[in-house]
Amino acid sequence: MKNLLALFGSLLLALGIILALSNNTLFPSFGEADLSDRVSDEYLTQDEIDALGSANIVTSIVVGYRGFDTLGEVTVLFISSLGVALLLGSSAKQKRLELNFKPNFMLRVGSRALFGFILLTGIYIILHGHLTPGGGFPGGTMIASSILLLYLADDQFRAKIKSFKILEGVSGSLYVIVGLLGLLLATYFMQNFLPVGTVGDLLSAGVIPIIYILIGLKVGSEISGIIDNFLTEEEAK
Amino acid sequence: MIQYVAIILFVLGLYGLLVNRNVIKMVISLNIMEIGLNLFIISIGFVYDGIAPIITSSAGTGALIYVDPLPQALVLTAIVIGVGTTALALAIAKSIHVKHNTFDLNEVEETV
Repeated sequence: MKNLLALFGSLLLALGIILALSNNTLFPSFGEADLSDRVSDEYLTQDEIDALGSANIVTSIVVGYRGFDTLGEVTVLFISSLGVALLLGSSAKQKRLELNFKPNFMLRVGSRALFGFILLTGIYIILHGHLTPGGGFPGGTMIASSILLLYLADDQFRAKIKSFKILEGVSGSLYVIVGLLGLLLATYFMQNFLPVGTVGDLLSAGVIPIIYILIGLKVGSEISGIIDNFLTEEEAK
Repeated sequence: MIQYVAIILFVLGLYGLLVNRNVIKMVISLNIMEIGLNLFIISIGFVYDGIAPIITSSAGTGALIYVDPLPQALVLTAIVIGVGTTALALAIAKSIHVKHNTFDLNEVEETV
Protein backbone atom coordinates (compact mmCIF):
# COMPACT_ATOMS: atom_id res chain seq x y z
CA MET A 1 0.00 0.00 0.00
CA LYS A 2 2.76 2.37 0.98
CA ASN A 3 4.75 1.42 -2.11
CA LEU A 4 1.71 2.01 -4.33
CA LEU A 5 1.24 5.45 -2.79
CA ALA A 6 4.92 6.25 -3.40
CA LEU A 7 4.65 5.10 -7.02
CA PHE A 8 1.51 7.18 -7.52
CA GLY A 9 3.12 10.27 -5.96
CA SER A 10 6.29 9.92 -8.02
CA LEU A 11 4.34 9.50 -11.27
CA LEU A 12 2.21 12.53 -10.39
CA LEU A 13 5.35 14.58 -9.77
CA ALA A 14 6.91 13.47 -13.09
CA LEU A 15 3.69 14.28 -14.96
CA GLY A 16 3.49 17.67 -13.26
CA ILE A 17 7.06 18.63 -14.13
CA ILE A 18 6.74 17.45 -17.75
CA LEU A 19 3.41 19.25 -18.24
CA ALA A 20 4.82 22.43 -16.70
CA LEU A 21 7.87 22.40 -18.96
CA SER A 22 6.33 21.40 -22.29
CA ASN A 23 4.88 24.24 -24.37
CA ASN A 24 6.35 26.77 -21.96
CA THR A 25 7.67 29.88 -23.69
CA LEU A 26 10.15 30.54 -20.86
CA PHE A 27 11.65 27.05 -21.20
CA PRO A 28 13.16 26.39 -24.66
CA SER A 29 12.87 22.84 -26.00
CA PHE A 30 15.98 20.65 -26.18
CA GLY A 31 18.77 22.06 -28.32
CA GLU A 32 17.02 25.32 -29.18
CA ALA A 33 18.36 27.49 -26.40
CA ASP A 34 19.21 31.03 -27.45
CA LEU A 35 22.52 32.05 -25.90
CA SER A 36 22.11 35.71 -26.80
CA ASP A 37 19.59 36.25 -24.00
CA ARG A 38 21.59 34.37 -21.39
CA VAL A 39 24.43 35.42 -19.10
CA SER A 40 26.79 33.00 -20.84
CA ASP A 41 26.81 35.13 -23.97
CA GLU A 42 28.99 37.62 -22.11
CA TYR A 43 31.54 34.94 -21.25
CA LEU A 44 31.94 33.91 -24.91
CA THR A 45 32.81 37.34 -26.33
CA GLN A 46 36.39 37.86 -27.55
CA ASP A 47 37.02 40.71 -25.08
CA GLU A 48 36.18 38.58 -22.06
CA ILE A 49 38.28 35.65 -23.33
CA ASP A 50 41.28 37.94 -23.84
CA ALA A 51 40.75 39.52 -20.42
CA LEU A 52 40.83 36.19 -18.58
CA GLY A 53 43.12 34.30 -20.95
CA SER A 54 41.69 30.84 -20.29
CA ALA A 55 40.95 28.74 -23.38
CA ASN A 56 38.47 26.56 -21.49
CA ILE A 57 35.43 28.75 -20.79
CA VAL A 58 34.05 26.35 -18.16
CA THR A 59 37.30 26.76 -16.22
CA SER A 60 37.18 30.52 -16.53
CA ILE A 61 33.65 30.44 -15.08
CA VAL A 62 34.46 27.99 -12.27
CA VAL A 63 37.74 29.59 -11.17
CA GLY A 64 37.68 33.05 -12.72
CA TYR A 65 34.20 34.54 -12.45
CA ARG A 66 32.96 32.26 -9.68
CA GLY A 67 36.18 31.68 -7.72
CA PHE A 68 34.54 32.65 -4.44
CA ASP A 69 31.76 30.15 -5.10
CA THR A 70 34.34 27.43 -5.73
CA LEU A 71 36.02 28.28 -2.42
CA GLY A 72 32.70 27.55 -0.72
CA GLU A 73 32.39 24.31 -2.65
CA VAL A 74 35.86 23.16 -1.59
CA THR A 75 34.80 23.97 1.97
CA VAL A 76 31.75 21.71 1.59
CA LEU A 77 34.04 18.86 0.50
CA PHE A 78 36.33 19.60 3.45
CA ILE A 79 33.42 19.49 5.90
CA SER A 80 32.18 16.19 4.48
CA SER A 81 35.64 14.63 4.78
CA LEU A 82 35.77 15.98 8.35
CA GLY A 83 32.39 14.34 9.02
CA VAL A 84 33.58 11.01 7.62
CA ALA A 85 36.70 11.20 9.78
CA LEU A 86 34.58 11.97 12.86
CA LEU A 87 32.16 9.10 12.19
CA LEU A 88 34.70 6.45 11.31
CA GLY A 89 37.62 7.65 13.42
CA SER A 90 40.95 8.53 11.88
CA SER A 91 44.15 8.15 13.81
CA ALA A 92 47.53 6.86 12.72
CA LYS A 93 47.13 3.92 15.12
CA GLN A 94 44.29 2.33 13.15
CA LYS A 95 44.96 -0.80 11.15
CA ARG A 96 43.81 -1.98 7.75
CA LEU A 97 40.52 -3.80 7.20
CA GLU A 98 41.01 -7.48 6.48
CA LEU A 99 40.59 -8.19 2.79
CA ASN A 100 39.05 -11.49 1.77
CA PHE A 101 41.98 -12.47 -0.42
CA LYS A 102 45.74 -12.58 -0.25
CA PRO A 103 47.25 -10.40 -3.00
CA ASN A 104 50.04 -12.24 -4.80
CA PHE A 105 53.36 -10.82 -5.97
CA MET A 106 52.24 -10.00 -9.54
CA LEU A 107 49.22 -8.00 -8.34
CA ARG A 108 51.29 -5.94 -5.93
CA VAL A 109 54.06 -5.12 -8.45
CA GLY A 110 51.62 -4.54 -11.32
CA SER A 111 49.45 -2.16 -9.32
CA ARG A 112 52.54 -0.20 -8.26
CA ALA A 113 53.66 0.12 -11.89
CA LEU A 114 50.16 1.30 -12.89
CA PHE A 115 50.01 3.72 -9.94
CA GLY A 116 52.63 6.02 -11.49
CA PHE A 117 50.79 6.30 -14.79
CA ILE A 118 47.44 7.08 -13.16
CA LEU A 119 49.11 9.67 -10.91
CA LEU A 120 50.84 11.28 -13.92
CA THR A 121 47.57 11.44 -15.86
CA GLY A 122 45.93 13.12 -12.89
CA ILE A 123 48.71 15.70 -12.65
CA TYR A 124 48.53 16.31 -16.42
CA ILE A 125 44.79 16.91 -16.22
CA ILE A 126 45.24 19.34 -13.33
CA LEU A 127 48.02 21.29 -15.08
CA HIS A 128 46.03 21.63 -18.32
CA GLY A 129 42.76 22.59 -16.63
CA HIS A 130 42.64 25.96 -18.38
CA LEU A 131 43.35 24.50 -21.85
CA THR A 132 41.55 21.16 -22.13
CA PRO A 133 38.51 19.52 -20.52
CA GLY A 134 39.34 18.62 -16.95
CA GLY A 135 40.98 20.59 -14.19
CA GLY A 136 41.39 20.41 -10.46
CA PHE A 137 38.32 18.40 -9.55
CA PRO A 138 38.64 15.52 -12.08
CA GLY A 139 42.43 15.48 -11.74
CA GLY A 140 42.29 15.40 -7.96
CA THR A 141 39.80 12.54 -8.08
CA MET A 142 42.14 10.70 -10.45
CA ILE A 143 45.03 11.09 -7.97
CA ALA A 144 42.76 9.72 -5.24
CA SER A 145 41.82 6.79 -7.51
CA SER A 146 45.51 5.88 -7.87
CA ILE A 147 45.74 5.77 -4.07
CA LEU A 148 42.58 3.62 -4.01
CA LEU A 149 44.25 1.18 -6.43
CA LEU A 150 47.18 0.75 -4.03
CA TYR A 151 44.80 0.24 -1.11
CA LEU A 152 42.78 -2.40 -2.94
CA ALA A 153 45.71 -4.30 -4.42
CA ASP A 154 47.78 -4.61 -1.24
CA ASP A 155 46.28 -5.57 2.12
CA GLN A 156 49.23 -4.14 4.05
CA PHE A 157 49.46 -0.77 2.28
CA ARG A 158 48.77 2.37 4.30
CA ALA A 159 49.31 5.87 2.92
CA LYS A 160 50.99 8.49 5.10
CA ILE A 161 47.70 10.02 6.12
CA LYS A 162 49.30 12.74 8.22
CA SER A 163 51.09 14.28 5.23
CA PHE A 164 47.80 14.22 3.30
CA LYS A 165 46.21 16.22 6.11
CA ILE A 166 49.08 18.75 6.00
CA LEU A 167 48.90 19.01 2.18
CA GLU A 168 45.15 19.56 2.39
CA GLY A 169 45.48 22.30 4.98
CA VAL A 170 48.33 24.07 3.20
CA SER A 171 46.62 24.07 -0.22
CA GLY A 172 43.35 25.26 1.29
CA SER A 173 45.09 28.13 3.06
CA LEU A 174 47.07 29.05 -0.06
CA TYR A 175 43.79 29.24 -2.00
CA VAL A 176 42.50 31.88 0.44
CA ILE A 177 45.88 33.66 0.40
CA VAL A 178 45.85 33.89 -3.42
CA GLY A 179 42.36 35.38 -3.16
CA LEU A 180 43.51 37.89 -0.54
CA LEU A 181 46.50 38.83 -2.72
CA GLY A 182 43.99 39.73 -5.41
CA LEU A 183 42.29 41.99 -2.88
CA LEU A 184 45.62 43.64 -1.95
CA LEU A 185 47.32 43.95 -5.36
CA ALA A 186 44.18 44.51 -7.46
CA THR A 187 40.75 45.68 -6.35
CA TYR A 188 38.59 42.72 -5.24
CA PHE A 189 38.84 39.25 -3.71
CA MET A 190 40.08 36.55 -6.13
CA GLN A 191 40.94 39.06 -8.83
CA ASN A 192 43.71 38.14 -11.25
CA PHE A 193 46.94 40.02 -10.47
CA LEU A 194 49.35 38.17 -12.76
CA PRO A 195 49.96 38.82 -16.48
CA VAL A 196 47.43 36.97 -18.63
CA GLY A 197 49.63 35.90 -21.58
CA THR A 198 48.36 34.46 -24.86
CA VAL A 199 45.24 32.29 -24.88
CA GLY A 200 46.21 28.62 -25.31
CA ASP A 201 49.70 28.69 -23.78
CA LEU A 202 50.47 26.51 -20.78
CA LEU A 203 51.67 29.55 -18.84
CA SER A 204 48.66 31.79 -19.34
CA ALA A 205 45.44 32.90 -17.68
CA GLY A 206 47.13 34.47 -14.63
CA VAL A 207 46.07 32.93 -11.31
CA ILE A 208 43.61 30.41 -12.80
CA PRO A 209 46.15 27.53 -13.20
CA ILE A 210 47.60 28.25 -9.75
CA ILE A 211 44.18 28.08 -8.11
CA TYR A 212 43.28 24.95 -10.07
CA ILE A 213 46.51 23.22 -8.99
CA LEU A 214 45.70 24.06 -5.36
CA ILE A 215 42.13 22.76 -5.81
CA GLY A 216 43.50 19.57 -7.37
CA LEU A 217 45.90 18.96 -4.48
CA LYS A 218 43.16 19.66 -1.95
CA VAL A 219 40.55 17.44 -3.61
CA GLY A 220 43.07 14.63 -4.15
CA SER A 221 44.28 14.61 -0.54
CA GLU A 222 40.74 14.95 0.84
CA ILE A 223 39.33 12.03 -1.14
CA SER A 224 42.44 9.94 -0.35
CA GLY A 225 41.77 10.67 3.32
CA ILE A 226 38.15 9.53 2.92
CA ILE A 227 39.36 6.30 1.23
CA ASP A 228 41.79 5.70 4.10
CA ASN A 229 39.00 6.25 6.65
CA PHE A 230 36.79 3.69 4.93
CA LEU A 231 39.48 1.02 4.58
CA THR A 232 40.85 1.15 8.14
CA GLU A 233 39.32 0.24 11.48
CA GLU A 234 40.17 0.68 15.10
CA GLU A 235 42.54 -1.82 16.61
CA ALA A 236 40.61 -4.50 18.49
CA LYS A 237 41.48 -4.36 22.16
CA MET B 1 13.32 14.74 -25.27
CA ILE B 2 16.48 14.01 -23.27
CA GLN B 3 15.20 16.44 -20.67
CA TYR B 4 12.20 14.22 -20.01
CA VAL B 5 14.47 11.17 -19.66
CA ALA B 6 16.42 13.12 -17.01
CA ILE B 7 13.18 13.99 -15.20
CA ILE B 8 12.10 10.32 -15.27
CA LEU B 9 15.52 9.34 -13.84
CA PHE B 10 15.04 11.91 -11.05
CA VAL B 11 11.56 10.59 -10.21
CA LEU B 12 12.86 6.99 -10.32
CA GLY B 13 15.43 7.94 -7.70
CA LEU B 14 12.74 9.61 -5.59
CA TYR B 15 10.58 6.48 -5.79
CA GLY B 16 13.55 4.34 -4.74
CA LEU B 17 14.20 6.66 -1.81
CA LEU B 18 10.56 6.40 -0.67
CA VAL B 19 10.23 2.62 -1.05
CA ASN B 20 13.57 1.21 0.09
CA ARG B 21 14.42 0.63 3.73
CA ASN B 22 17.97 -0.54 3.09
CA VAL B 23 20.49 2.23 3.76
CA ILE B 24 22.82 1.32 0.87
CA LYS B 25 19.89 1.21 -1.58
CA MET B 26 18.77 4.62 -0.31
CA VAL B 27 22.23 6.05 -1.00
CA ILE B 28 22.13 4.58 -4.52
CA SER B 29 18.66 6.13 -5.07
CA LEU B 30 20.00 9.49 -3.91
CA ASN B 31 22.80 9.17 -6.48
CA ILE B 32 20.32 8.30 -9.27
CA MET B 33 18.33 11.43 -8.37
CA GLU B 34 21.51 13.46 -8.52
CA ILE B 35 22.49 12.07 -11.94
CA GLY B 36 19.01 12.87 -13.25
CA LEU B 37 19.24 16.46 -12.03
CA ASN B 38 22.76 16.89 -13.44
CA LEU B 39 21.66 15.57 -16.86
CA PHE B 40 18.69 17.94 -16.77
CA ILE B 41 20.85 20.99 -16.01
CA ILE B 42 23.38 20.03 -18.72
CA SER B 43 20.59 19.52 -21.28
CA ILE B 44 19.29 23.06 -20.66
CA GLY B 45 22.52 24.46 -22.07
CA PHE B 46 22.68 22.33 -25.21
CA VAL B 47 22.48 24.03 -28.60
CA TYR B 48 22.21 22.11 -31.89
CA ASP B 49 25.54 22.14 -33.83
CA GLY B 50 27.19 23.69 -30.79
CA ILE B 51 30.69 22.59 -29.79
CA ALA B 52 32.32 22.36 -26.36
CA PRO B 53 33.13 25.87 -25.03
CA ILE B 54 36.91 25.60 -25.48
CA ILE B 55 38.84 27.97 -27.72
CA THR B 56 40.94 25.72 -29.94
CA SER B 57 42.46 28.06 -32.55
CA SER B 58 43.00 31.75 -33.12
CA ALA B 59 40.16 31.87 -35.67
CA GLY B 60 38.01 33.86 -33.25
CA THR B 61 34.66 33.03 -31.75
CA GLY B 62 32.33 34.70 -34.22
CA ALA B 63 31.85 31.85 -36.68
CA LEU B 64 31.45 29.02 -34.18
CA ILE B 65 28.45 28.12 -32.03
CA TYR B 66 29.25 27.06 -28.49
CA VAL B 67 26.99 25.29 -26.04
CA ASP B 68 26.13 27.16 -22.86
CA PRO B 69 29.14 26.82 -20.49
CA LEU B 70 27.35 28.03 -17.34
CA PRO B 71 25.25 24.87 -16.67
CA GLN B 72 28.38 22.77 -17.18
CA ALA B 73 30.26 24.81 -14.57
CA LEU B 74 27.34 24.46 -12.13
CA VAL B 75 27.17 20.70 -12.68
CA LEU B 76 30.92 20.44 -12.03
CA THR B 77 30.16 21.99 -8.64
CA ALA B 78 27.17 19.71 -8.05
CA ILE B 79 29.12 16.51 -8.85
CA VAL B 80 31.80 17.30 -6.25
CA ILE B 81 29.21 18.09 -3.60
CA GLY B 82 27.44 14.83 -4.54
CA VAL B 83 30.66 12.93 -3.87
CA GLY B 84 30.90 14.61 -0.45
CA THR B 85 27.32 13.79 0.55
CA THR B 86 27.65 10.21 -0.71
CA ALA B 87 30.83 9.70 1.33
CA LEU B 88 29.12 11.08 4.45
CA ALA B 89 26.02 8.92 3.88
CA LEU B 90 28.15 5.80 3.42
CA ALA B 91 30.06 6.62 6.60
CA ILE B 92 26.75 6.81 8.49
CA ALA B 93 25.70 3.51 6.87
CA LYS B 94 28.95 1.89 8.00
CA SER B 95 28.48 3.05 11.58
CA ILE B 96 24.87 1.76 11.51
CA HIS B 97 26.21 -1.62 10.38
CA VAL B 98 28.85 -1.65 13.11
CA LYS B 99 26.26 -0.89 15.79
CA HIS B 100 23.28 -2.99 14.66
CA ASN B 101 24.93 -5.53 12.34
CA THR B 102 22.39 -4.80 9.57
CA PHE B 103 21.72 -2.25 6.82
CA ASP B 104 17.94 -2.60 6.99
CA LEU B 105 16.16 0.19 8.88
CA ASN B 106 13.21 -2.10 9.79
CA GLU B 107 15.57 -4.50 11.55
CA VAL B 108 17.30 -1.58 13.23
CA GLU B 109 13.95 -0.45 14.65
CA GLU B 110 13.26 -3.95 15.95
CA THR B 111 16.53 -4.15 17.82
CA VAL B 112 16.20 -0.72 19.43
